[in-house]
Amino acid sequence: MPSPLGSPAVVLEALLEVRDLHVTFRTRNGLVTAVDGLSFSVLPGEVLGIVGESGSGKSVSMLSLLRLIRDRNMQITGEVIFNGADLLTMPEQQLRALRGREIAVIFQDALTALTPVYTIGWHIVEQIRAHEPISKREARARAVRLLEEVGIPNAERRMDNYPHEFSGGMRQRVLIAMALSCNPRLLVADEPTTALDVTTQAQILDLMLELRKAHGSAIIIITHDMGVVYEIADRLLVMYSGRAVEQGPTRSVFRDPRHPYTWGLLGSIPQFTATGAKRLQAIPGSPPSPLRVPEGCVFAPRCRFRHEACSERPRLRGGDDHLDACWLPDEAKEKLRGETLAYAGGGREGDHAGSGAR
Amino acid sequence: MLRFALRRALSTVVVLWAISVMVFLIFFGTPGVDPALRIAGRDASPQVVATVRHEYGLDKPLPVRYALMMYHLLIRRDITSYVNPGLKVVPEIASAVPVTLSLVIGAAVIWMLVGLAMGLVGGALRGSPIDPLLTAVGVLGVSLPVYWLGEVVNLITQSRLHGSLFSWVPPPGYVSPAQSLSGWALHLLFPWLTLAVLYAGIYSRVFRAELVTALGEDYVRTARAKGISERRVLFRHAARCSLIPVISLFGLDFGALVGGGALVTEVVFGLPGIGLLTYNSLQTLDLPVIMGTVLYAAFFVVLANAVVDVFYAALDPRVRRA
Repeated sequence: MPSPLGSPAVVLEALLEVRDLHVTFRTRNGLVTAVDGLSFSVLPGEVLGIVGESGSGKSVSMLSLLRLIRDRNMQITGEVIFNGADLLTMPEQQLRALRGREIAVIFQDALTALTPVYTIGWHIVEQIRAHEPISKREARARAVRLLEEVGIPNAERRMDNYPHEFSGGMRQRVLIAMALSCNPRLLVADEPTTALDVTTQAQILDLMLELRKAHGSAIIIITHDMGVVYEIADRLLVMYSGRAVEQGPTRSVFRDPRHPYTWGLLGSIPQFTATGAKRLQAIPGSPPSPLRVPEGCVFAPRCRFRHEACSERPRLRGGDDHLDACWLPDEAKEKLRGETLAYAGGGREGDHAGSGAR
Repeated sequence: MLRFALRRALSTVVVLWAISVMVFLIFFGTPGVDPALRIAGRDASPQVVATVRHEYGLDKPLPVRYALMMYHLLIRRDITSYVNPGLKVVPEIASAVPVTLSLVIGAAVIWMLVGLAMGLVGGALRGSPIDPLLTAVGVLGVSLPVYWLGEVVNLITQSRLHGSLFSWVPPPGYVSPAQSLSGWALHLLFPWLTLAVLYAGIYSRVFRAELVTALGEDYVRTARAKGISERRVLFRHAARCSLIPVISLFGLDFGALVGGGALVTEVVFGLPGIGLLTYNSLQTLDLPVIMGTVLYAAFFVVLANAVVDVFYAALDPRVRRA
């Protein structure tokens, strides 16, 4: 990243800093808290993965950063500092200049994410010309280069095709090309691979990593797929019911997960060993209704290790870069997780038939 | 494209043929309906009725009579009215068409402008007090029956306030634009407005609903995330997609109205268009005229359908085939 002052401290200053973000919706049945005190930061060029199951507030928090949710009943509080300015309080005009230019978004389903009556070339040219005063012809030439860069064959010809004439993976590439067209400093990818099959998924992730090198954009990737974040993310933020429950460097979170919810998420990744496939371990229960979020720890109702302390709300804490919001003492965690694994290991493929007969 | 047009033309012919057979059977094949009795008039002697039956060829078998009628209607174009002997049907229809076209095109311009503007404002300002207000106005427009509204408009402009506020309103009727352009517009002004009220109401409701749906679509969110102006998001993205179903609806409504669907408006305002012609011929069971107007109406409806299909493909690339 270009840094006018050049000192290392400035280089490491966060590109995006979110502090105590709350998103609430007024509904007929009462106040719904979709995001509850979320704080995180993204360094220039860093890839942050935000994981959690459906309804955990991942997408809402990202969309609300850019004020892309138009709901009169929604209220956002907190601070979202991007490049020294608060996105939540700046005038709409100023924010609009940032959208697409400094912060670009890639959405999940590229078929519904592109206006069906325009060609993809039109879409990309519109994006470029919204922020840069260049001619249609120049914009078009740049669009062709971008499509080539994201690996679309016959880019020149494909410019005049409509979104429905592309396959899912190709459409996602188009969306990525469009998002990168103004060289954004931050790319927010909301479930970019969820609608794709596994091989295409891997290609898209590789592409995003390559493009990060070429364009230097930081990336926030939202997903419920632990495999995806393991591939791509430098840091990880685990969300549950609108709150961050664990946060840290990807390696550290995978090697030494500290929150029982993260254990559950990791337990739900298929694993194959010499003795056969392990049964997947599901987290019992379902996430709380956003209308009735528990007083204390949000995960407590589904947690095997809940105890008296859990009736009080835990804060994210941790000595190093790796934080978690769980009342279990750190020393006990490794042992308890071992128990969880053994519990899960009890159900190997071998006795599958037996359990089926029960 | 050529095959599409050919198939379309063929199906048009089949549909028109089926309609003509049905109309023919309803009026000639139904037991108890004897056109000869009607033509001969009340209290005619059996001899007169028999003469009439023979003169009009009504003693021939049904298929032959159908073929003769079609021959005179479509090929010789000399079929005459049963009620006003000597009145030729085809020129009669041809002279009624410009009246109906004048009425329908003018009304269509008004209702599209007003309806789309109302729908656009309502959809874009959903949640503000303006939206339910526009909804109420739209529903009111849909609920006012044309025969009632037309009569009320006539009552006010021709009688009650004709001496003061509306002294400039000409008497009901039609003036050709070749004769006097301002007279043409003045004569048609209130018919236009009356006919447009209903459709403006319908179109504002339809367009608003489409727009609200479109504004909730993912592509609108993407457009906003691009950093383009809200105005552009509204017009180039949301409204552009919402117009597609509205345009196809318009084609069908327009076709039906040109085909004689504006009957009530024409009758109320005394405009000698297709609707009034149909109305009068139905009153007197003037079969050749009914046959002529029905076939003409069917032709326009089918034509409008074909035009809508072509337009739809132009507007929505998803239905276009390479």
